[in-house]
Amino acid sequence: MAIVRLRGQLEKLAGSSQLTVEGDTVTELLQALEGEHASLEGWILDERGVLRRHINVFVNGEPAEPESAVQEQDKIEILPAISGG
Amino acid sequence: MTELLVGTRKGLFVLEGEPGAQFQIRTRAFVGEPVDYAMRDARSGRLFAAVSSPFWGPRIWFTDGDPGGDWQPARGVALPKGGDDALKRVWVIAAGEAGGLMYAGGDPGVLFASWDNGETWELNQALWEHPTRPRWRRDSGGLSVHSIVPWPGDPQRLALAISAAGVWLTDDGGATWSHGNAGIVADYLPEETRAGAIDLCVHHLERAPQRPERLFLQFHGGVYRSDDAGRSWIDIAAGLPYDFGFPVVLDPADPDSAFVIPVTTEDRVTDGSVVVWETRDAGATWIPRDRGLPPSNAWLSVLRQSFTTTGAGPGLELYFGATSGEIFGSGDAGASWFGVASRLPAIASLRAS
Repeated sequence: MAIVRLRGQLEKLAGSSQLTVEGDTVTELLQALEGEHASLEGWILDERGVLRRHINVFVNGEPAEPESAVQEQDKIEILPAISGG
Repeated sequence: MTELLVGTRKGLFVLEGEPGAQFQIRTRAFVGEPVDYAMRDARSGRLFAAVSSPFWGPRIWFTDGDPGGDWQPARGVALPKGGDDALKRVWVIAAGEAGGLMYAGGDPGVLFASWDNGETWELNQALWEHPTRPRWRRDSGGLSVHSIVPWPGDPQRLALAISAAGVWLTDDGGATWSHGNAGIVADYLPEETRAGAIDLCVHHLERAPQRPERLFLQFHGGVYRSDDAGRSWIDIAAGLPYDFGFPVVLDPADPDSAFVIPVTTEDRVTDGSVVVWETRDAGATWIPRDRGLPPSNAWLSVLRQSFTTTGAGPGLELYFGATSGEIFGSGDAGASWFGVASRLPAIASLRAS
């Protein structure tokens, strides 16, 4: 299982700063995360199952795409994108 | 004491004050996030805010306590999973006519209902699956259910306005919907396609509570009145300097009343002076109400949700906010106006109670 680190709003919703989740890709992992934690449903993936536009996912500190592979013990971070204005 | 809930591009501002003087900012919430709409349900006292987080998507939040404290996210404000579209924005939240019943409207042309005071919501399937939906038109503001007007005392009857899909009516609690567009003329369409057009850009819709079969609407070119519960409409814009505008409000005590803020058709702002126009004869004549409003060098944009009232009759209070961050108010039914607040972020909605 991968280790998902949560901060801010997501941590508050999940009630935890760290969760373990299974998935072979970022999208599969996020689907499992929202499926296992109902309070997170719709916050990261929209109704189409698409990663919300201004959310960035990092795998072991590197920017990842929805189709990026996820391995056992990978560290996943889900963060708001840089914004301003 | 009057409370103003001000939805802005940079958060919710809660103002308090008495008519005639500047209001004080009591607290803020959702700092930095676009708050598209906020309202207090007079029945429960519960506060609601529609927030379009650029990160986490559009959501309805509610609180029963201090608006500067913790808010809870409502559940179920979403389109069906696995489809081709996602909810883009919640434009309006309205109290229904049964215990715990609430409505919310949003983009893409969707209505939600709640039966537990706004904690959980369900999509209205009949409107979502309406066979005319492919003919609805997205305008520059989106495809929005922005006006929800219940029928006092009857939860089965409801009218909606959608930009740009016209007026919609239900007599069975939202199980079925019919158009209420007869008489509305869309001069932005080719003349030969105007008859029977569905893509009608209604900017705002209001119902006269003392005479529920009467409604007023501000159109994308035209101000209209219906005396048959929204089935047909007559243009009442004659006498106004411009027939373009966004909001319309009514005096709840007077079914012949309406207030509009005309803006120029070309640039959709006031023409340098700010004037609220009032009718007390159902649109036969209009009276300018500008005492205390900026007489010159004021090009304000007042959006559809940014004009509100509280009270009724001679003590009717009116408030409107602009994208410039200014709010003006009247404590004497529009006879005179005063500055309520200034230098706020761009105002998207205003609700008084």
